[in-house]
Amino acid sequence: MADFVQLSVAGVSIGAIYAMAAIGFVLLWQTSNTINFAQGEFVVLPAFAMVLFFVIFRLPFAAAMLATVLVSTLLLGWGVKQLLVTRLLRMGVLPLVIATIGLSLLIRYSLQQFWTPLALPFPAIFSRDPIRLGTIVVSLEEIGNIVFAAVVIGALQLFITRTKLGWAMQAVAQNRTLASVLGINVSRLVTITFMLNAALTAVAAILIAPVYLVKYDIGIGLGLKAFYAAIIGGFNQIRGALLGGLLVGVVETLSAAYISSHFRDAFALVILIAVLLLKPEGIWGVKEEWAS
Amino acid sequence: MALLEIENLTKHFFRLSALSRVSLSVEPGELLGVIGPNGSGKTTLFNCVTGVLRPSDGHVRFRGEDITGRTADTVYRRGIARTFQLIQLFPEMTVLENMLVAAQEKRGTLLSRLLRREEAETATRALVLLEFLGIAGLKESLASNLSYGQQKLLDFGMALMSDPQLILLDEPMAGVNPTMIKNLIGHILELNARGYTFVVIEHNMEVVMSLCRRIVVLSQGERIAEGTPAEIADNPLVLDAYFGR
Amino acid sequence: MTRGRWGLMAALALSVVVPLGLDQYKLYVLSLTLVYVILAIGLNLTLGYAGQISLCHAAFMSFGSYAVAILGQHGVAFEIGLVVGVAVAFAWGLVLGFPALKVKHHYLAMVTLGFNIIVFLVLRNWESLTGGSFGISNVARPAWGPLSFKSDRAFYLYILAWAAVVVASAYWILTSRWGRAFRAIRENEMRAEVVGVSLRNYKLMAFAIGAAYAGMGGALFAPLLGYIDPGAYTLDRSIQFLMMVVLGGLGRFEGPFIGALVVTVLPEVLRGSEGLYLIIYALAVILMMLFMPKGLVGLWDLAWRSSRSRTSPSISSASPR
Repeated sequence: MADFVQLSVAGVSIGAIYAMAAIGFVLLWQTSNTINFAQGEFVVLPAFAMVLFFVIFRLPFAAAMLATVLVSTLLLGWGVKQLLVTRLLRMGVLPLVIATIGLSLLIRYSLQQFWTPLALPFPAIFSRDPIRLGTIVVSLEEIGNIVFAAVVIGALQLFITRTKLGWAMQAVAQNRTLASVLGINVSRLVTITFMLNAALTAVAAILIAPVYLVKYDIGIGLGLKAFYAAIIGGFNQIRGALLGGLLVGVVETLSAAYISSHFRDAFALVILIAVLLLKPEGIWGVKEEWAS
Repeated sequence: MALLEIENLTKHFFRLSALSRVSLSVEPGELLGVIGPNGSGKTTLFNCVTGVLRPSDGHVRFRGEDITGRTADTVYRRGIARTFQLIQLFPEMTVLENMLVAAQEKRGTLLSRLLRREEAETATRALVLLEFLGIAGLKESLASNLSYGQQKLLDFGMALMSDPQLILLDEPMAGVNPTMIKNLIGHILELNARGYTFVVIEHNMEVVMSLCRRIVVLSQGERIAEGTPAEIADNPLVLDAYFGR
Repeated sequence: MTRGRWGLMAALALSVVVPLGLDQYKLYVLSLTLVYVILAIGLNLTLGYAGQISLCHAAFMSFGSYAVAILGQHGVAFEIGLVVGVAVAFAWGLVLGFPALKVKHHYLAMVTLGFNIIVFLVLRNWESLTGGSFGISNVARPAWGPLSFKSDRAFYLYILAWAAVVVASAYWILTSRWGRAFRAIRENEMRAEVVGVSLRNYKLMAFAIGAAYAGMGGALFAPLLGYIDPGAYTLDRSIQFLMMVVLGGLGRFEGPFIGALVVTVLPEVLRGSEGLYLIIYALAVILMMLFMPKGLVGLWDLAWRSSRSRTSPSISSASPR
């Protein structure tokens, strides 16, 4: 039993990180109909940036973190939006989708070619020492990740539900034409959403770097997990992405321990089939009656 | 027997009641007008009849057959065609192609020779209709390149392709210049004389009063009046609905 | 014979004769491109003409590949394996068509994406049938009694023959009223239904036929490579086909040819630049989308416009555009 709780905590810990990537993905989809196939790479790039600032330049942790989030927000948020999205969004969903595919290849192989194809180790942010809570042993890192992620996601939720800008985002997500008629600058809002997404993936990168190794190709798996989380949890609600991310983390950790590698896939498969057949909009997703 | 019978038709959108127990009937060969202030449910009525929306309650009977809730293509094949308030065409296809799509999908066999012969007949019919409407010269133009008035004519033409028994026109005169209005009225009257039944939603009072012999008035999803143009013009309920108090 | 017909004859003759003089590797790339053309034509029908998002094309492809490989292991003739593969792909295409009826575009993307993941996981785990992660090797090339298509040149011609069948059938479908109905659905789904186009039937058909072509491509793919494993049918592969169709030109008949050529041959051409080739390729993709979002077929149009002679439109409304 203690094992189960420990593993669940570990699962939630990694799941929280997946959730952040999934939430960003969903935000982009909601406000701008962008399926960002480069979401995985949006985590890898800041991870490498973190290595640059924290390990190579030896900046203090807080400064490195700030620098990473800033760089990510500027490049992957504002930059991508101005250079790619603005032009391509007018042409429908697909050209942008292909462009994000190209972008993911570009980031991935540029890192491999111009930095290193090897995995870079990253020091732990929180200590990995075990903490005993009765019979359960967890690490500070796991708790730290959960708390950190919870704070960030909580702040995001507050932003969306309590600020004017957040309401504007909700309006755009529900009905873009109506929102612009009401005076909302949709283009600026999309830029803000992209920047938010970049910030989220940067935070995810900072938390995940000590857990995974920082390598040019981890984006493939991460991106896939973000999609999977969004499909299962529900990709027209933030809490859907949150649920999805946590589920992916927990299922991944538990099945690694309890299920032999033969059936691990089958487990993921069954969940996916069940969701697609019973509730294709996701567990916490909402059915949309008419396409806008 | 009435051609179209609408019985207690109701449509809710979440908590909004767009149509509330609306009943009316349409006789064969009629030219019925449907009027009412904005938001009174006129287009929703059309949408429910033609299968674009599923009614929450009530029945629609066409030639005695219950077609409530059937899909739009089924309703079309039964013989009801319609046009749209906001023009709905196939923008990247040519005028002729637009017409050909509207050719009633018959249960075709797979023999290619047969299909090609059917194609020829359909194309001839489309060209005849385009001639009737005066836009045959545009047949190779893309629908999106047409002027607003020409698009309206194409919309109208598409509704005629399947030789329907009942044609529902949703604000056919909206945004159209006076010459074109006369043009359209002429076409409608001529077709009506040939036996086609029409139901027309219109805001242009002159058009409705001169075109239709019977008018039904909707307000806030309910039917509030019915009668000849003269009766409607005098009806205090109608005036109230339009001008309020 | 019209100019178009002469051009077609010439192209056909060239495609038969010229490749026979190429070295083995180039011939392989060309054969692969032909297979991809078949697959791209299928996806172009589903996505380009009917407007239905399908991110699981690789899954349909796998049905063809594995049918041929598994049945080949039991000595069944290649052609039978191909038919079985196409039939299975068609059937699953129908199944995937049903969500297309109920859900809107973005959901459909997710559902098809999910299906691709599911099929991949099944292929990887059903070891007794598919060989699991190791896949199946020594996939036999077709043979008709003493006539064997084992040699690369012979198999290239075999693929070419099937490709010609696919192209002809696709042309027939897309210039028929079915093709027109598909395009109507893509242009304005609601209006299409209101003028009698059964969305249900046509969407199911769009998926099923597109999937069937994918199955055919998959069946030819397996013996070309000689071995197959689940790794060839991941989401990446489906995305690759998506790229082909969009880069080439969605909903245009020439699109799949251009797209398959670019996506297959361009990396090969760039291969000389050492590790940089993927980066250049990625940049090229991004730039192509920025400057030619409707696909490279735009360049093709420009080239033709100057020399095209207006042929009279046929009654069935001319080219499938």
